[in-house]
Amino acid sequence: MKKFINNVDDVLVESLSGFASAHRDLIALHLDPHYLSRAQKAHNKVALISGGGSGHEPLHGGFVGHGMLDAACPGHVFTSPTPDQMLEAAQSVESGKGVLFIVKNYAGDVMNFEMAAEMLPFEHATVLTSDDVAVENSTYTTGRRGVAGTVIVEKVVGSLAETGADLVSCKALGDKVNSRTASMGVALTSCTVPAAGRPTFDISDHELEMGVGIHGEPGRRREAMREADAIVADLVAAILHDLKPTTHSEALLMINGFGGTPLMELYLLYNSAEILLKAHGLNITRSLVGNYTTSLDMAGASITLCLLDDEIRQHWDSPVHTPALRWKM
Amino acid sequence: MQTSFILQAAEAINQAILSSESVLESLDREIGDGDHFINMKRGAATIVALREELAPLPADAALQKIGMKLLSTVGGASGVLMGSFFIAMAKTIKDNSGNDMTAIAAAFQSGVTSIQARGKAGVGEKTMLDVLIPVATTFVVQANAERNFLLQALKQEAERGVLATRDMIATKGRAASLGERAIGHIDPGAKSCQIIISAVCDLVRSET
Repeated sequence: MKKFINNVDDVLVESLSGFASAHRDLIALHLDPHYLSRAQKAHNKVALISGGGSGHEPLHGGFVGHGMLDAACPGHVFTSPTPDQMLEAAQSVESGKGVLFIVKNYAGDVMNFEMAAEMLPFEHATVLTSDDVAVENSTYTTGRRGVAGTVIVEKVVGSLAETGADLVSCKALGDKVNSRTASMGVALTSCTVPAAGRPTFDISDHELEMGVGIHGEPGRRREAMREADAIVADLVAAILHDLKPTTHSEALLMINGFGGTPLMELYLLYNSAEILLKAHGLNITRSLVGNYTTSLDMAGASITLCLLDDEIRQHWDSPVHTPALRWKM
Repeated sequence: MQTSFILQAAEAINQAILSSESVLESLDREIGDGDHFINMKRGAATIVALREELAPLPADAALQKIGMKLLSTVGGASGVLMGSFFIAMAKTIKDNSGNDMTAIAAAFQSGVTSIQARGKAGVGEKTMLDVLIPVATTFVVQANAERNFLLQALKQEAERGVLATRDMIATKGRAASLGERAIGHIDPGAKSCQIIISAVCDLVRSET
């Protein structure tokens, strides 16, 4: 393992401290329990709080700010945060209109947020994101995993919350966006958890992991490495099979890097995916390309498609100012 | 149950976890995401570090404090589940006046029930419950059996439970997304429960 580390136990706090210092105009860091909140507290709005294991940066701390989250609770690497973090964050950012938790659908995250919700003295609701279509037979499972599509949910619901909309409306829009969003990823290399010190899985130069999870957990199957267009075709096919969009549907296309793949390749993937989706009759009117939901240093990427309607498009386009996403302000 | 025993058990569990690093890491690399050992190590070390705060407390208060501490330091599913286990155990110990094996078995059973409730899982889903549920049942039924017979029975149930996870498809936990790919692999959470149960049984045996 070759990483920028002083002491492996200090990686999280040193990184959070650097993040907060680099964005001190936007972000305030609170330690023990750990959470990130807006530097200036927002008022008269539903408080949006997300969180999850660290190692997916900029998710979620990078999306704290005007137009998205009010607070984010980072857990240890790939490990959900604990209920005390969510409670403290909620007490700090709640402003009279209740708390909406946005939670990626993993057992640990769900249980810890559930426990926090049971202890919350405020009106509250939870949106569970579950955009990963890699899991084929969902009768075996607790449901699909939440991955990069979570960023779209946070952006769109964040915009609605900024208008002063109530908790029920924010929850409903979050659920709608989640139901219209599908993702699938592919890994070319493993990630290495700093405290583990070695790659999470072994993979040769001639293989890829189709449908990989954002913690390096295995996906659909191990396959032979092949050209980019063929990989994109498989990912897009799985996504379209799930979403079943009608011809001329309007959509947002997101290419998300896992941390170890250069932007040059991510744009190559975007080019390939957009051509393919247009050939399927889709109308791609919005895009997002970059490292937004990473898996530490994993090489690989995911494709996310979100079917837009007027409401979702309007809230996607609205002003946002966070460390990782900023436009129109 | 005496608080001094809880402290000895914490130390024994910590040692057992530390010496199982390679087995837990390799199981988690196969069907998990590589953080299980790290989380278990952090949890065990945190409880051992609480020794001085725990020592003057009655057993139920010590278990309650252990549960709350696990809840806020381990994270993940294991933190919230193990935290719930000790909090439920504390409550049962407090409510029951007895201090015999029957009372301890009842407390263990209530801890396991709280894990079932929080995790919405049961036997056969390739999780720690494949060890905990049969062990709790045996513990309650055999609580008054001869001490060494009981300890042997608990260790055997735990081993049987952990091996049974090998042929299961996971329906709960992080391996749940793997479908049939998880078949042939032992569940890391079940394995660490078995390691803990075995360590505590060995401790009791060496005491008597």
